[in-house]
Amino acid sequence: MAIWVFTDTHEGAPSGSALELLTKARSLSDDVAVFAVGTLNDAGAQALADHGAQDIYQMDAGDQLAAPAAARALETLIGDHQPEIVLFGMDTTDRDTAGRLSARLDRPVLANATDVSNDGPVTVTNEILGGIKRVVTSFEGDGVALIVTRPKAFPAEPGGSGSVVVTSIDAPDTGIVATVVERHVEESEGPDLEAAAIVIAGGRGVGQEKFSTMDELAGVLGAAVGASRAVVDAGWVPYSYQIGQTGKTVKPDVYIACGISGAMQHVVGMKDSGTIIAINKDEEAPIFGIADLGIVGDVHTVVPALIEALKARS
Amino acid sequence: MQIAVCVKQIPDPATPYELDPETHFVVRPEDQIMDETDTYGVEVALQLAETTEGTVTLFSMGPTGTQQGIRRALATGADKAVIVDDPALKGSDALTTAKVLAAAIAREGFDLVITGTESTDGYTGVVPQQLAELLNIPSLTFAKRVDVTEDGSVRIERQTTAGYDVVEASTPALISVTSGVVEPRYPNFKGIMAAKKKPVDTVTAADLGISPSANQTIRSVEPVASREAGELVVDDGTGFERIVALLEETKVI
Ligand SMILES: Cc1cc2nc3c(=O)[nH]c(=O)nc-3n(C[C@H](O)[C@H](O)[C@H](O)COP(=O)(O)OP(=O)(O)OC[C@H]3O[C@@H](n4cnc5c(N)ncnc54)[C@H](O)[C@@H]3O)c2cc1C
Ligand SMILES: Cc1cc2nc3c(=O)[nH]c(=O)nc-3n(C[C@H](O)[C@H](O)[C@H](O)COP(=O)(O)OP(=O)(O)OC[C@H]3O[C@@H](n4cnc5c(N)ncnc54)[C@H](O)[C@@H]3O)c2cc1C
Repeated sequence: MAIWVFTDTHEGAPSGSALELLTKARSLSDDVAVFAVGTLNDAGAQALADHGAQDIYQMDAGDQLAAPAAARALETLIGDHQPEIVLFGMDTTDRDTAGRLSARLDRPVLANATDVSNDGPVTVTNEILGGIKRVVTSFEGDGVALIVTRPKAFPAEPGGSGSVVVTSIDAPDTGIVATVVERHVEESEGPDLEAAAIVIAGGRGVGQEKFSTMDELAGVLGAAVGASRAVVDAGWVPYSYQIGQTGKTVKPDVYIACGISGAMQHVVGMKDSGTIIAINKDEEAPIFGIADLGIVGDVHTVVPALIEALKARS
Repeated sequence: MQIAVCVKQIPDPATPYELDPETHFVVRPEDQIMDETDTYGVEVALQLAETTEGTVTLFSMGPTGTQQGIRRALATGADKAVIVDDPALKGSDALTTAKVLAAAIAREGFDLVITGTESTDGYTGVVPQQLAELLNIPSLTFAKRVDVTEDGSVRIERQTTAGYDVVEASTPALISVTSGVVEPRYPNFKGIMAAKKKPVDTVTAADLGISPSANQTIRSVEPVASREAGELVVDDGTGFERIVALLEETKVI
């Protein structure tokens, strides 16, 4: 049976999660399709094809939040094509559509999935309670399995025939109106947080005044800067910096946590990093429980000394 | 404006969660607290009610227990609470939760529904959208700022991966709020006393005409092997050298 992958688009490109999910979908079925919100450009459609999409259905909702129309369009397509599974990422439109579709089809959503299998009933693995317990849950009853997956659960690898049929469909009329009146893009500098080999993450312990030391350290290492939610909520840096359950998931070679306590919602977004280094003045801080090297000390002395030492080397 | 706020009582996250060995459901003690995630929704609702001369009603599904979490929200200024407490709903999935909340909210009437983006214990993060679809209303999700415009529409700043979008809808509508949206207030003594007299209705699934059905089964729960803690070094002024050495060892520099 077919496996479908949902994706939003950003200036014609699919989400990163779509390529990961297509890679997984290919391992579950020979019949793989994509439902995209927005309009893909040629490179975007080709990237999906190169990761195994054989059919793409795309729907542009214009200035409307897309989920109500996307859920209705998918409901019709699911009726016609009877896919076994629809895989969603964690982006806002993914979650909005998954929830609405679930209510329309009267089918549950299994969320935070880190693995999916379909020999027998569709079964989902997820790590609950901040990743301390692994749960396997299966769908019951007839109908499609709706699954929201964690980012980076499946590495993206090209594969499949590389050819694809793109079908554009009209956004169905929903009577539900939520209009996007402005879009703001917050530019961030330096390497992409999700792809960087080294991540410097700053927490509340760094303080607002000294938060620029994170950029300085990242600068000398060619690293990307991330942050805890406490720092994002306080408005020191934009949301695009946030690492954790409700932010980005990163798996760099080296993760340096500065003034971060290591709450479970932060840890789920970075625990699979190669080497974890933590600097915290509280020796009881939970972050030390997962750090390969923990420095019990003040970030305001350790970080500047580290920056000087690294500068002196180069 | 008649505002419905969805709030969940959860076991205190500072205590380790226990799962029932048979059902695998989270064990819920008598004394649950209100999910921190929902304190933001309550605060947004209180502020909107102040500017629109509106009312705030809390909706919660789950074992009532000592009502500690609910009473606290009433003490900060909410007008009343509706709790759906029914053993038949034990272990409900997110969709059943949304059906229950939708029925309870529709029965009371509303202009605006406010939720968190995801709970601390289950964090499926799909209840708000399911609820909006069941109520057939727009959902302005991931709001980091909420305003009511002069014509009575709601306008939010919606957090996106790239920045934020400004999104508008007329009521009735649902808004899910993020943690950075407002600073929740603390209850004061007067509020705590007043809360004792505020109405708390308890209803069952049958009262709402809902028969719970489960379309998912937990097969197994296993502990996850956690990362081992490495070396802990108290900084004596040379801690940075250990970091440089490890960076060299991992060949990133
Ligand atoms: C539903 C939900 C989702 C969430 N999602 C996320 C998420 O995606 N990402 C996330 O990060 N959090 C998330 N959180 C929040 C999380 O629970 C924590 O509150 C947050 O991670 C704490 O950030 P922090 O470590 O910067 O701050 P704190 O917990 O306040 O820790 C600050 C640390 O800095 C140390 N410190 C202070 N001064 C110094 C100094 N001078 N030198 C060295 N160390 C110092 C302290 O010892 C302390 O350990 C979520 C919470 C919930 C309920
Ligand atoms: C560890 C764990 C994993 C789970 N995984 C799944 C899963 O994959 N799929 C699934 O369908 N169910 C799952 N459940 C069950 C699910 O958590 C419950 O059905 C829960 O009541 C609603 O989902 P949530 O807490 O995840 O809500 P979320 O969607 O994360 O919550 C968002 C907002 O919805 C509102 N809300 C949610 N629940 C209530 C409530 N009971 N009363 C009032 N307002 C509420 C609050 O405003 C909250 O901030 C899981 C439960 C646990 C404990």
